[in-house]
Amino acid sequence: MSEIPEKEAGRPGSGPRPGPRPWSGPRLRAALLVLPLLAFVGVTFLAPLANMLVRSVYDPVVADALPETLERLRAWDGQGLPDEAVYEALAGEVLAAREDRTLGQVATRVNRVQSGLRSALTRTARRLRNVDEGPWSDAMIGIHAAWGETGTWRALREAGDRYTARHYLNALDLQRDPEGSIAFQPEDRQIYLFLLWRTLLVSLGVTTLCLLIGYPVARLIAHAPPRRANLLLILVLVPFWTSLLVRTTSWIVLLQNQGVLNDMLVYLGVIGDDGRLAMIYNMTGTFVAMTHVLLPFMVLPLYSVMSAIPRVQTSAAESLGATPWQSFWRVYWPQTLPGVGAGCLLVFILAIGYYITPALVGGSTGQLISNLIAFHMQSSLNWSLAAALGGILLVCVAGLYLLYDRLVGIERMRLG
Amino acid sequence: MEGSGRPYVEYRKVSKSYDGKTTVVDDVDLDIRKGEFLTLLGPSGSGKTTCLMMLAGFETPTSGEILVDGRSIQNLPPRKRGIGMVFQNYALFPHMTVGANLAFPLEVRGMDRGQCRERVERALQLVQLEGFEHRRPGQLSGGQQQRVAIARALVFDPELVLMDEPLGALDRRLREEMQYEIRRIHKTLGVTVVYVTHDQQEAMVMSDRIAVLRDGRVEQVADPETLYEEPQRSFVARFIGENNRLHGKVMGIEGDICEVFVGGEIIEAIRIAPCQVGDAATLSIRPERVAVSPKSGLYTNEMVALIEDITFLGDYLRLRVTVCRTSDFIIKIPNTVGHGALLAGDKILICWTPTDCRVLDPETEGEGE
Repeated sequence: MSEIPEKEAGRPGSGPRPGPRPWSGPRLRAALLVLPLLAFVGVTFLAPLANMLVRSVYDPVVADALPETLERLRAWDGQGLPDEAVYEALAGEVLAAREDRTLGQVATRVNRVQSGLRSALTRTARRLRNVDEGPWSDAMIGIHAAWGETGTWRALREAGDRYTARHYLNALDLQRDPEGSIAFQPEDRQIYLFLLWRTLLVSLGVTTLCLLIGYPVARLIAHAPPRRANLLLILVLVPFWTSLLVRTTSWIVLLQNQGVLNDMLVYLGVIGDDGRLAMIYNMTGTFVAMTHVLLPFMVLPLYSVMSAIPRVQTSAAESLGATPWQSFWRVYWPQTLPGVGAGCLLVFILAIGYYITPALVGGSTGQLISNLIAFHMQSSLNWSLAAALGGILLVCVAGLYLLYDRLVGIERMRLG
Repeated sequence: MEGSGRPYVEYRKVSKSYDGKTTVVDDVDLDIRKGEFLTLLGPSGSGKTTCLMMLAGFETPTSGEILVDGRSIQNLPPRKRGIGMVFQNYALFPHMTVGANLAFPLEVRGMDRGQCRERVERALQLVQLEGFEHRRPGQLSGGQQQRVAIARALVFDPELVLMDEPLGALDRRLREEMQYEIRRIHKTLGVTVVYVTHDQQEAMVMSDRIAVLRDGRVEQVADPETLYEEPQRSFVARFIGENNRLHGKVMGIEGDICEVFVGGEIIEAIRIAPCQVGDAATLSIRPERVAVSPKSGLYTNEMVALIEDITFLGDYLRLRVTVCRTSDFIIKIPNTVGHGALLAGDKILICWTPTDCRVLDPETEGEGE
């Protein structure tokens, strides 16, 4: 909104003349009318987004609970074991955290850096109540052997960082090795990169399928006589209006092992009763259901662009000597590109964050990155990691958007 | 083929019906000579565009056939007919530059680049748009787009060019300018042009010959002058130029001259339509062929007319009179000394020669524009 006064000022010849005051009368009223919406968008969209993104790099729980320990650990060179003062501080703060009932949160976070430390912390806190005085190091090592290992303290120090790239590293299957440089996680712990890769591939595949199926449909609708076009458009829109859950579960009915399609194939003798195809609860199911669910998002922008192309264009190309293929490829297709771009971008962005459909029909091999984000949000409660995964997804989408803008130009996109 | 009697394009009993009931084009026979500018003229729904589209190959005749250069083109798809076509709304390709638009028909024919560029330049020169290659159609004015469309239809040297109301979207002044432009291009290249319009003035200005169409039938084919001076059908008389019609009954026939009884008067007129005594007939008289007579006894056809109103148009006066119980009879008289004294409500004596008044096929009264 601050643009308006700027433009006024930038207008040639308006220099010394006093322009209209920026926030007077009608302009102020207009701004006030927009305000509720801005506030709504801010509260419901921007704030949660910012909150999540902050969460992915900022985690003060451990730092708040163990300030003294972390302060003293800073003097430690990272070799061998820290000195007695650190043990003493930790003992005190662990006990205090137990009293405050924050120990569980602290333990969870430390455990994420190095597994096994949850029990070390909780057991230590429980048993330390019976220890009255030092040396604390011996007592603690006695309670749990982990306190006698260098790695434990390194993990504790890492978990104590308020600002950390740990979650992003984690989300990309990376970690800091003891020397502090970045390296891949051990192979058996790498899952996110693979899933991210799979998500991108599936989204790309679904987008391609939608384009291949949607393009002829859109063209058919755009060039049908108005009455038939209406009917066809409704046929496209009815599934669009149907609940996502209903559509997805209907695919289960169709594709499952004892489902309609398999029964039919067996009945027709195409496959034997023991050779029923696994078409759901795997990647195939995810692919089929997602393509179906996302198809309208491809058809509608394509339709809107195609119906704006006069049919006489094709006739003109033909009269100029073009074969049907040349007429399509050189005259029709380039003019539908804004719709193709819009449809693909829309389907891809929706697919990359798709959650319900893979969760319902994906089985174990058809899960996508968003299912894992949901898992971390709801089950493991590792919100920081979920936020980091979400952030990476956001960067992917933004990157694609910019790429599209560079290649095609966002202003040429037509959504209908 | 030139000069050898055989027409370049021949419509042979061509009919077209979309639904099997109503015929859009009805049994059309039409010859188009090589190198001529022929206009299909008619009101909307007269089937003129359908006739053109059948020649271009976008519609197929329900019956009959069309020959080009003596060969039937029935089974040739549009792209193999080699006919240049200018569409109503230009149909330029908006995603290509002007140069690419013009090069398109050449490239799909597999012409090499150098030759392409040369041809494109020549075509742009022809329509006086040199230096516009790199613009896009959207950046051009309507008239310029029109020129590009014409250049594109000509760039691959077709022998036959079809134009479907190409000037319909332009304003009046530009339209007149383009009429002469198209005429000039036609003269320069000597291609055969089939032009469709509903604007009779446009047809008169541009054409070598005009085919007047009505309800899918060809009413008359002739050069503009003949069409104006000697219409064979009352529809043609009405459609081309201004025209007065009187409805009456044939009372007697003597050679070429009929006596027709119209609204209490007997009018002598030249017989065009085959008619017999007792038949209904429509008389057609051009407004400028009616004279205001100073005294009676000079002409065979003399009538008393009541002036309804007078419009002063500078070089001539336009009188609307009632004569033979017919109102809305129009007379145009040159603005020479003496006529300034005419007033609405005056009774005057008007007259015309029998040869300027034509007996045509009867039209029901009230039928018309």
